[in-house]
Amino acid sequence: MGGLTTAMFLFLIASGLSLIFGVMRIINFAHGSFYMFGAYLAWQAVQWLHPTGGRFWLAALLAAVGVGILGAVTERLFFRSLYGREELYQLLFTYALVLILGDAAKFIWGTDQLSVSAPPALAGSVQILGTTQPLYSLFIIAIGPAIAFALWWVLNRTGAGRMIRAAQMDREMLDALGANVATVYTVTFALSAFLAGLSGALVTPIQSIVPGMDVLIIVQAFIVVVIGGMGSLWGTFWGSVIYGQVLSFGILIFPGFSLFSVFALMAVILIVRPWGLFGRPL
Amino acid sequence: MTVAAKKKVLRRRVATAAALRSRAISFRVPWTLVIFVIMATVPWVGSRYDTFLAAQITIDALFAVSLNLLLGTTGLVSFGHVAYFGVGAYVCGILMKTYEVPFSLAFPAAGLGAALFALISGYFCVRLIKLYFAMLTLAFSQIVWAIAYKWNAVTGGDQGLPEIPYPNLDWMSAIPGCGDLSIGARFYLLTLVIVAVSLAAVHRVVRSPFGRVLTTIRDNPERAAFLGINVRLYRLAAFVVAGGLAGLAGALYGIFSRGVFADYVFWSKSAEILIMTILGGIGYFWGPPVGAAALVWLNQVITDYTQYWSFVLGVILLVLLFGFPGGIVGGLDLLWQRVKRLRNA
Amino acid sequence: MLEVSNISKSFGGFRAVSGVSLTVDTKQIAAVIGPNGAGKSTLFNLITGHLQPDSGAVRLDSRDITGVPPYRICRMGIGRSFQRTNIFPRLTVFENLQAAFLVHYGRGRNFWSRADALYRDETDDLLALVGLVGQEGTIAGVLSYGNQKQLELGLALASDPAVLLLDEPTAGMSAAETHETIQLLQRIVAQRGLTLLFTEHDMEVVFSIAQKIAVLHQGRIIADGRPEEVRCEPEVRRVYLGHRLMDAQRQ
Repeated sequence: MGGLTTAMFLFLIASGLSLIFGVMRIINFAHGSFYMFGAYLAWQAVQWLHPTGGRFWLAALLAAVGVGILGAVTERLFFRSLYGREELYQLLFTYALVLILGDAAKFIWGTDQLSVSAPPALAGSVQILGTTQPLYSLFIIAIGPAIAFALWWVLNRTGAGRMIRAAQMDREMLDALGANVATVYTVTFALSAFLAGLSGALVTPIQSIVPGMDVLIIVQAFIVVVIGGMGSLWGTFWGSVIYGQVLSFGILIFPGFSLFSVFALMAVILIVRPWGLFGRPL
Repeated sequence: MTVAAKKKVLRRRVATAAALRSRAISFRVPWTLVIFVIMATVPWVGSRYDTFLAAQITIDALFAVSLNLLLGTTGLVSFGHVAYFGVGAYVCGILMKTYEVPFSLAFPAAGLGAALFALISGYFCVRLIKLYFAMLTLAFSQIVWAIAYKWNAVTGGDQGLPEIPYPNLDWMSAIPGCGDLSIGARFYLLTLVIVAVSLAAVHRVVRSPFGRVLTTIRDNPERAAFLGINVRLYRLAAFVVAGGLAGLAGALYGIFSRGVFADYVFWSKSAEILIMTILGGIGYFWGPPVGAAALVWLNQVITDYTQYWSFVLGVILLVLLFGFPGGIVGGLDLLWQRVKRLRNA
Repeated sequence: MLEVSNISKSFGGFRAVSGVSLTVDTKQIAAVIGPNGAGKSTLFNLITGHLQPDSGAVRLDSRDITGVPPYRICRMGIGRSFQRTNIFPRLTVFENLQAAFLVHYGRGRNFWSRADALYRDETDDLLALVGLVGQEGTIAGVLSYGNQKQLELGLALASDPAVLLLDEPTAGMSAAETHETIQLLQRIVAQRGLTLLFTEHDMEVVFSIAQKIAVLHQGRIIADGRPEEVRCEPEVRRVYLGHRLMDAQRQ
């Protein structure tokens, strides 16, 4: 069960990372920072709206939108000037963001652990298969596939989504067809940031908000996307499931081993099938 | 002279040297010799803290130059270079602390161990295209970190290996003037000599036919193949040499900081060394050492005023990326070119 | 002698090259022509090991070189220039050619000597041959297009090949530059006794120096023989846009 919760919540985060990679061909290190900001903003929103609890969903939504806007602004102001430059510079830019956003969060919210309580409806626990599971964890497990379908629907059934997928496959062709590629990039970046912020906000009831959560999560999200295949929605989904299972089994076998095993799995995939289980060769 | 002022002079001198030498074959004043002499006098002229900083700069310079052999010379972007630094640090640390092996054996063993790991990991990495290459180097680096973090029996796990002993440097008393120096200062001088020799060797390699071949691979791997170059093999060779050198830097660092800990090998360290290299200028041999000096000095100055060093580093990186892609030495070179043109006009 | 036997290559469902056979005798000058997309570059890539054929073989002096990696093919004596100029942009013109000599003479494993000092005479000679004297110190990336093409040729010649494959050597050149290039090529080929196989769109170049022409269309050879013969083939005139030019040549 724990493996599934981890898997689904990783999927939420990794989906945005995979999306950005599919369209813009870069690894956004700052994705973890967006996630962290989503968590902090959710906490902040709860403080403003109703400090004693409640209004969780609104807070989460506000946080996600806030981070989405942050993403859009970042792309427009800074990232846009780096297109056409070497990928190394683009990657380093996202790393500069990690440094800046990390300290910004420390500056604004301090270094103490913060937490947000689960919405009353999901605050309890439930008996399943002889074990007691917190309701909220089950919610996370349920929302994973829900978001996956929602994303799939957006990407395949809406005009904007189709543009994004077209950009993923052939940038130049899209440009030649007259579509505004620049806008597609901004929208993709914003959507990716929104997803990161949303996952950050949604994770607050089960995980405390601390500095450093950005760095810890980005590595895991990265592994998931590598295993599943960069740019593939279902790849990210199954990649998260596999990651969750490997992690839980690893812990059962030998506690120290699980950490090693996820990185070893990442290395093996890159050696044998670099574009991941569901990805396409570049 | 205060530390700050000395470092400024140092940086300016190194940068001018680089600007003069960037394409020249011979140079009028042996700037590198001058800098070496200046740095060698630090234990007598400066405080204990100055020696500490100088040692940090020296070791980082070697680490950064080893990375630039990959990045600037061969065009290989590695995000996991700290893995070899870590392997070297742990090999030397474990040999010296746990098995009481003398430095004269442990040190080369560290380099060889790191080179061997570079050979194995590099074999897989060089077969991949740019993006996947970077990701696989990161994966291997995190594997090293995971092992270092969890293998309590050998690496000390998350506690690490504190109290790595200094090598026996009593023989240095025989050198005139060194008799009064503390063990830390003596080790600094030894480090300085080792790094100077290593840098001279790398410089030679970069200017050699082998180094020239590496630059062709950087500029145009397809064309290089059609000159008759086995691109994969040369990339692997560069990877192994760079890894070995990083291992030597790691070994020195473990002793210098009196301990080897798992967070030396975390991926953020690879990012730090990348920034250092680019800050100095990847297109120049002396870029990385200048970057090392600049970053160590900046870190010192900034952390005196604020705890938000990451923020400052991020801003510096942004300024670099958007304003000075050629780094410090690149910027100075441009300035020098402009001065030359004005003079000739 | 370069011999291509029944070579085929498909990408997905698309047959780029289909059952192509071609022979170039030693010291012969042969051209492969055809409309865009006919498969000329693919054919070259198959010969030089950049692509693996699905079937068929390539032989150099009776030695099977099918699918041998490019770096080894080069060492066997085949030199190649590329359609899009393929030079080392951050090195100077001198360093570009010098690097080629370093590799050709097997100094790539030398970690110790000064690269700058080696093969300076050979590099100077080659610079003179391809007409780049005075440009030694220029960074290759900023060269004019014409000069880059000259450098491209120089790189192909530096490894002292017996067979030279040139992919559209006069692409993008003015009439004057094209004329100079043709003369240069003829001189070099005669001087060194080279076997030359090239692709071209410019019919003037083809008919002025080729001793043998093969016409490629949709991955297949539709004509193969002496220029006069090929020119008269109705199939060739039908598919190839340059038929007006070919008429002009007749005059």
